[in-house]
Amino acid sequence: VTDGLANGIVIGSLVLAAWALLTTALDRPVGRTHLVGLGLIELALVVQVVVAVVKMASGERAEEMATFIGYLIASLLVLPVGAALALIERSRWGSAIVALASLVIPVVIVRMRQVWGG
Amino acid sequence: VGDGRQSGGKVAEGRAINAGPGRVLIAVYAIFALSATARAGVQIATKFSDAPVAYLLSALAAVIYVLATVGLARGGRAGRRIAVVCCTVELVGVLTVGTVSVLVRSVFPDDTVWSYYGRGYGFVPLVLPVLGLYWLWRTARPAVA
Repeated sequence: VTDGLANGIVIGSLVLAAWALLTTALDRPVGRTHLVGLGLIELALVVQVVVAVVKMASGERAEEMATFIGYLIASLLVLPVGAALALIERSRWGSAIVALASLVIPVVIVRMRQVWGG
Repeated sequence: VGDGRQSGGKVAEGRAINAGPGRVLIAVYAIFALSATARAGVQIATKFSDAPVAYLLSALAAVIYVLATVGLARGGRAGRRIAVVCCTVELVGVLTVGTVSVLVRSVFPDDTVWSYYGRGYGFVPLVLPVLGLYWLWRTARPAVA
C-alpha cells in the first residue's frame, strides 16, 4: 500500500527470520531479541493497516476488496499467534516458529500488493 | 493446549504429538487453515458460479486443514487419530487433484490449493501431509530421541 513501509516490513521480517533460523540451528529458545523484533514488525504492520484504512475511507479501492481486507486482518494475526506458540515451546522449535511466522509476512505483503493494484 | 503425555497414569502411547517439532507443524497447519478458509470463503461468497467444483474443493481442503490443526494441537489418542486421517486425506487429495488438474485442465477453471500439486503455494500442500504423517509415525513409538 505504501511502498517504503511495505519494503521496510519485508526486510525486517527477513532479517528476523534469518536470526530465528540461526538460533534454531544453535539450539536456543526464543529470547528477548526475537520478541523485540516481532514487536517492531507488528507495530509497522499496525501502521500499515491504519494507512490502508485511511486510504479506503478516502475513496481508494483495492482491486479485490474482500481479499485485501482478509489479508489486512491476517497480517495482524500472524505474529502474535506465532509469538504465543513460540513462548509455549521453550526450545529451539520455538525459534523455528518465529522464523516461520516471520517468513509468512513477506508473502502476505506481496499478495496484498497484488490484490490492491491488480 | 492438551498434552498427550499427561494422560493420568495410563501407559503413554508414544511421545506427545503437540510438543517440540510438533508445535512447528501446528503453526504451519494453522497458517494453511487460516488462508484456505479465507480463500474458500471469498471464492464462494463472491464468484461461486464461476467454478463451483474448484471452490467446493477449496472449502473441503480448508475443513481438512482446520481439523488437522485441531488434531495436532489436542494431541492424545483422539487428536492423533484425527491428524492421521486428515493428513492421509490431504495426501490423497493433493495427489488426485494435482494429477487431474495436469491432465484435464478444464475440470478446474480456477485454481484450488491442491491444483498442480500445490504449486501456487510453493508445493507446501504436497510436502505438508508427508511431514505430518512422518511426524505422527515417529511419535507413535516410545521415545527414542
